[in-house]
Amino acid sequence: MPGTVTIGLSRGLMEIRDFSRDIGQVMFTFSFPALLLLMLGGIYDQHLGDGLNLSHVFAASIAASAIVSTSFVNLGGSIAAERDDGTLKRLRTTPMPKVSYFMGKIILVLVISVVELALMLGLAVLLYDMKLPTDAGHWLRLGWLFLLGVTCWSLLGMAASGLARSARSAAIIMSVIYTLLGFVSGVYIVPGSIPPVMADIGAVFPLKWLAQGFRSALLPDLAQAQEATGSWELGRVALVLLGWTVAGLVLCMMTFRWRSARTR
Amino acid sequence: MSDTAIRVEGLTKRFGDVKVLHGVDLTVHKGETLAVLGPNGAGKTTAVEILAGLGPRDGGEVSVLGVDPAKAGRAWRARVGVVMQSASDLATLTVAETVRHFAGYYPDPRDPAEVIEAVGLTEHARRRVGKLSGGQRRRVDVALGIIGRPELLFLDEPTTGFDPEARQRFWELIRLLSGEGTTILLTTHYLGEAEALADRVAVIASGVVEAVGTVGELRAAAGDLVEVTWRDGAERTEEPTALVTKLAAHYGGEVPGLNVRRPSLEDVYLAMIKEQN
Repeated sequence: MPGTVTIGLSRGLMEIRDFSRDIGQVMFTFSFPALLLLMLGGIYDQHLGDGLNLSHVFAASIAASAIVSTSFVNLGGSIAAERDDGTLKRLRTTPMPKVSYFMGKIILVLVISVVELALMLGLAVLLYDMKLPTDAGHWLRLGWLFLLGVTCWSLLGMAASGLARSARSAAIIMSVIYTLLGFVSGVYIVPGSIPPVMADIGAVFPLKWLAQGFRSALLPDLAQAQEATGSWELGRVALVLLGWTVAGLVLCMMTFRWRSARTR
Repeated sequence: MSDTAIRVEGLTKRFGDVKVLHGVDLTVHKGETLAVLGPNGAGKTTAVEILAGLGPRDGGEVSVLGVDPAKAGRAWRARVGVVMQSASDLATLTVAETVRHFAGYYPDPRDPAEVIEAVGLTEHARRRVGKLSGGQRRRVDVALGIIGRPELLFLDEPTTGFDPEARQRFWELIRLLSGEGTTILLTTHYLGEAEALADRVAVIASGVVEAVGTVGELRAAAGDLVEVTWRDGAERTEEPTALVTKLAAHYGGEVPGLNVRRPSLEDVYLAMIKEQN
């Protein structure tokens, strides 16, 4: 019997192939974070001192929200769609392990996210004079935050896809959650200037912490002054993300279904 | 029980308040082709889904290749091929990519190119599945159902949307698979299909198995009455020759408007369905 990992890699390859065949989807997915940066950077770009601009803060935060967009909104939506169009039902008839299916999805999310971040950060460097970190420590930090963020939000996307009744409702529910979280988590607003009630709501969910972690990895330490607590709080970032990852895994196991009412 | 592929006893299933299966009993022997006939909504698809490990049942005993499909794992799924109705997935991949990818799920798959040839899609192998016609798509479904070299193959209305030529070709493929020893359970609306392919036929109506047997046995069970009609009358009889001889004597030679007709499987089937309702 072929191994779970072998089939998972093969699924990942197929997911990438499938994604790349829709040019419109490819172009808009890849350019979305860069376009967001153009908008926000075009509106607010105060100088914050010592080579740090507000647009750099936005770039780091948008990097986090881009992960939520690809893993939560796109991945969750695609699973809901594949439940409705019979993909999952067909796979259920084969000896493909469930885990391989999820592996394929996460591989696609990783590939898309890396390209998106490279494009967006490249734009930030070229257009907004952002200085990317030059030491291994910061990149290492970016690496674990990236992996933990993708895992956490992918699991939440899978769980949400199981809770939605149909692909159509899943798409709108996830878009609304994503957009609102962007505000309360300080992605579209300077983190320190969010009204306390909104900040408290944002602090419950993992986007705020992922964005804070990304800022700590991509920005110089003087940017800490922009944070609500004046510090990166990396320990708390890791704790909240891990907590939501576990919650996502449990929810995922509880809500995953191979079929919807419509493909009965 | 080594010669039994499927054994079903008292299978029941409800969706909400609607009871779909009322206690289905059925046995399928290894190597045989069994056709399940029945009107829309009779519970054919529901029964096949339960047997194929796609959905839970409410009651009854089910054993498929010696395993309860509700608890079946990967090894069992590798031995069972399933072609269900209407999927709209896989749109962006080509036929060849799709079949090759699915082959990778199985321990001992057939050669993808041979399977594509067998379902008659070789000239469309490089086309995207989403661009195929409905009948061609259906052949992709069949290809994916047999790529794993299954011992047991479930086919839920496999030839819906086929033109007559494609249907003939499909029948040849099924005979080939059957000749290799594959056990086949297919549901169909087409009585001709059942007659052409099946060793035995099971008629399902309103969630129970009405009758099981060879086509000949079903005919006999329904009463082998032959319909004799002529200009001045009509009669159903078990001894049509005697009746025609009598009529010939009566008319002094040629019987005007004589028609002698043995019931087709369709007549037998329709009579059964009518009885049930």
